Amino acid sequence: MTPAISVTGLTRRYRDHLALDQISLEVQTGSIIGLLGRNGAGKTTLLRILAGQEFPSSGGVLVHGARPAENEAVLRRMVFVREDQTYPDFKVRHALRVASWFYPHWSAELADALLADFGLPADRAVKKLSRGMRSALGIVIGLAARAELTMFDEPYAGLDAVARQIFYDRLLADYAEHPRTILLSTHLIDEAAGLLERVVVIDRGRIVLTADTDDLRGVATAVSGPVLAVDEFTAGHVVWGRRRLAGQASVVVVGALDEADHLRAGSLHLDLAPLSLQQLVVQAAGQPADTLERTTA
Amino acid sequence: MREMAGLDEGTPLFAQIAERLAEEIADGGLGEGERVPSMNELAGFYRINPATAAKGINLLADDGLLEKRRGIGMFVASGARKRLLARRRERFARRYVEPLLAEAARLGIGLEELVELVREATHALPLNAQGGVTV
Repeated sequence: MTPAISVTGLTRRYRDHLALDQISLEVQTGSIIGLLGRNGAGKTTLLRILAGQEFPSSGGVLVHGARPAENEAVLRRMVFVREDQTYPDFKVRHALRVASWFYPHWSAELADALLADFGLPADRAVKKLSRGMRSALGIVIGLAARAELTMFDEPYAGLDAVARQIFYDRLLADYAEHPRTILLSTHLIDEAAGLLERVVVIDRGRIVLTADTDDLRGVATAVSGPVLAVDEFTAGHVVWGRRRLAGQASVVVVGALDEADHLRAGSLHLDLAPLSLQQLVVQAAGQPADTLERTTA
Repeated sequence: MREMAGLDEGTPLFAQIAERLAEEIADGGLGEGERVPSMNELAGFYRINPATAAKGINLLADDGLLEKRRGIGMFVASGARKRLLARRRERFARRYVEPLLAEAARLGIGLEELVELVREATHALPLNAQGGVTV
């Protein structure tokens, strides 16, 4: 089957800045993927190139087997919702009508339900919407398009926790009935972690980690307690970020721990706390590219 | 952290889903021959990816604890409860007795005293028909 996305050796250079550096990535159809990384890591550049809104400096980009730039057949099969998306000067329902003409799988029913969920008034002029409401409009279009490739780039500027929960729940419910490929770029990693089947972590224009989200659970653990006990426990393990204060130490152990390890930690009076996906991504961004992949393989 | 109906960090979600379903079967909440929640029902309830939920269900199915009925869904296999309880029994010593003994040793509580403590605790709880403790 043709992958939803196939990127090989993709580089994007702006004058003296290397935004993407030899990126290769393949995404199969029918999954929800998290695109994670710091600001300026290259996430938006990658998404814009996939959406045909920007050109690669070198390398190949195929979406559903074809080059996306200026290719209407491919563009109609994808929707890209940007952070702070702007709209022409018209009302919410006009924005939805225009979207309904463009996207072949558009669901007016879903759009109406989502408008109600977010309390978005259909007759309000888009430019009079609050920042959060404008984000909600982007989410409504992104979901109601039911596009085979759905890309959200930090879609929730100004949305509160309740509205974000609505977004996650509706996305999951509609995805369950209408599977598609969803790429979600986000800073709110722990919020979205449960939704993501796979994650791709970008750091300084390079992919530093691609993994099944579930494989990353429990792959790193913060171990803290008396220095000597920590040293004894962590001997022979791959360790990140050792911190010390007086007689206490805290380190991150990479690699899954088994029941025997937990018992041993208990008898050494050590505290074990699994790293959340967010903490893991923060740590991974500072490490050699393959540390985690070696331990999850 | 987003609310995921009590799932925790640190263990794969699919394993936690499988564990929850297994507990439910062992405790009799899900009876033998009963339909197990579907992948999408589990995904919606726990707010997780449907593929992850499916992996959890499949783990139990591969183990023979669930059986697929074509076009209807997954059902609890006969004998599943018995097998799960036997497995829990095997893990009892490792999970409860060994840590209990380790902590007792650390605190200098001798075997006699420990047995007495267990007996005292038992008095506070009514025993059920099998001679076990009803919690």
